[in-house]
Amino acid sequence: MTNMVPNLMPVMPEIILAVGAMLLLMVGVFRPTKAFSEVSTLSLLLLVITGGVLYFYVGGETQITFGGMFISDSFAVYTKVLILIGSFLSIVMAGPYLKDHMIDRFEFPVLIILATLGMFAMVSANSLMSLYVGLELQSLSLYVLAAFNRDRNRSTESGLKYFVLGALSSGMLLYGISLIYGFTGSVDFDVLALTLEKAGSGHLGLTLGLVFILAGLAFKVSAVPFHMWAPDVYEGAPTPVTSFFATAPKIAALALFVRVMMGPFADMIGEWQQVVIFLSVASMLVGAFVALMQTNIKRLMAYSSIGHVGYALMAIVIGTSAGVEALMVYLVFYLTMTIGTFGAILSMRHSDGMVEDINDLAGLSTNNLPLAISIAIFMFSLAGIPLLAGFFGKYYVFLAVVEAGFVPLAVIGVVTSVVGAFYYLRIIKIMFFDDAAVSFEKMESRSLNWVIGVTALINSPASVFLIAPVAAMAAWAALSFAG
Amino acid sequence: MDIGLGHYLIVGAALFVLGVFGIFVNRKNVIIILMSVELMLLAVNINFVAFSTHLNDMVGQVFAMFVLTVAAAEAAIGLAILVIYFRNRGTIAVEDINQMKG
Repeated sequence: MTNMVPNLMPVMPEIILAVGAMLLLMVGVFRPTKAFSEVSTLSLLLLVITGGVLYFYVGGETQITFGGMFISDSFAVYTKVLILIGSFLSIVMAGPYLKDHMIDRFEFPVLIILATLGMFAMVSANSLMSLYVGLELQSLSLYVLAAFNRDRNRSTESGLKYFVLGALSSGMLLYGISLIYGFTGSVDFDVLALTLEKAGSGHLGLTLGLVFILAGLAFKVSAVPFHMWAPDVYEGAPTPVTSFFATAPKIAALALFVRVMMGPFADMIGEWQQVVIFLSVASMLVGAFVALMQTNIKRLMAYSSIGHVGYALMAIVIGTSAGVEALMVYLVFYLTMTIGTFGAILSMRHSDGMVEDINDLAGLSTNNLPLAISIAIFMFSLAGIPLLAGFFGKYYVFLAVVEAGFVPLAVIGVVTSVVGAFYYLRIIKIMFFDDAAVSFEKMESRSLNWVIGVTALINSPASVFLIAPVAAMAAWAALSFAG
Repeated sequence: MDIGLGHYLIVGAALFVLGVFGIFVNRKNVIIILMSVELMLLAVNINFVAFSTHLNDMVGQVFAMFVLTVAAAEAAIGLAILVIYFRNRGTIAVEDINQMKG
């Protein structure tokens, strides 16, 4: 204990976010008029500054601070940038919807910033304690966001459901953590890794703790059989919130999954591998088959994201840095597809509200051809049609899985992709070949159009040019687990 | 009879299971679910403190403090969401939380 002040350099982005969130709350409270637009703009600025500090000041070298509780490495920086993009675009896209529904309160961007801070703490956790605190900061902000439209039944109900099930999963995670602490005597990831390497596997208390932690994490990524909250919450929450749920927290939770399983529990791979294989296969199957019966597009996207979590978990199964690399590529394209799709959902409305029923999309191609083409690109991409972005994400994952020798897993993945293609293509068929049922009013929003346009371009066959840089960055991020 | 680590762990496990069952079996009232959530977190705290004294290591007690703090925040947010839910629906019976299905 020579130096009482920890090295604050690696945590600068978190400090900026935390202080910034408080300042934004002050701005919101002390403004005499409605402060939503200002706080929104300022929060976007805050996210950009954080990104700049993260990239130029922190960089990708491995640094550990706060007595070993916080780690900043290339993996953390990479996922943090993805999280920042997700949060940034969620705030950008939220404006028109929130104003339209008279819920444009300044707390919305602040809550997203706080959730982002929690996610940052999660992906940089190097001890079970910082993991838990980060996870809770993220979850608590998300519960409030789900219930953000407080005068609407569905929103409050989804908030309540998310809260109860989220608290249950936190409890299970925590019970697992307490067992791991008790049987190893430490919560520090590095010490845990050393202890578990020496102890070897097969200890009942450790296995039990690991299973509880796995269950808690599976809840957070909404992997089957812990997915039951996702469709209800996705459907009930305001659409900008749903688009946020489907992107940033999912990426953060998957990164945390990697961090925990490949850090301290790397030597217990025999125990967790089969569990993750089960989670992955079950998620892919449920994501593909249950989505066939959905009529609400937000609910459909919930099942779609459950299926995508299955593919992402498939990359984690391998337990090597090759798997992490594939996962990192996959997450980039998942982010663009999902943001684009929700941007499109947010920009469609008819006389009595937002378009949420899939059958209401009928005849969109005659009403608004550019939007219909964009949605078609996103759907093809989500389905994994070759030459679109989603295909390359899946390709990297399947390739890594096959090279590691899990051929049956890859086969199941391909089969469920084909089943999934059916419901994505059904949306395209409704848009282009069915007669128009309702007339659309376009939500006039330049920012929304920009988001849709750019993500559509990234997902279009132009993504071929993106593969090399994204793969290179993913390889850089996976270096953290190469040792 | 000496009271050892095992006894504390059994109490912790029993309270935790009670909490989980309180969430799933209870069909009446959401307040009871909130109480069950608290019960789960406090059961974990018993585990942490018991392990902490057993291992002669302070980390467990520090962790218990963090859990208490988070539990307080969680209860506040849970009750707030419950209040706006009650304002909309006029009921907090668990079986009435069924606007969305499928």
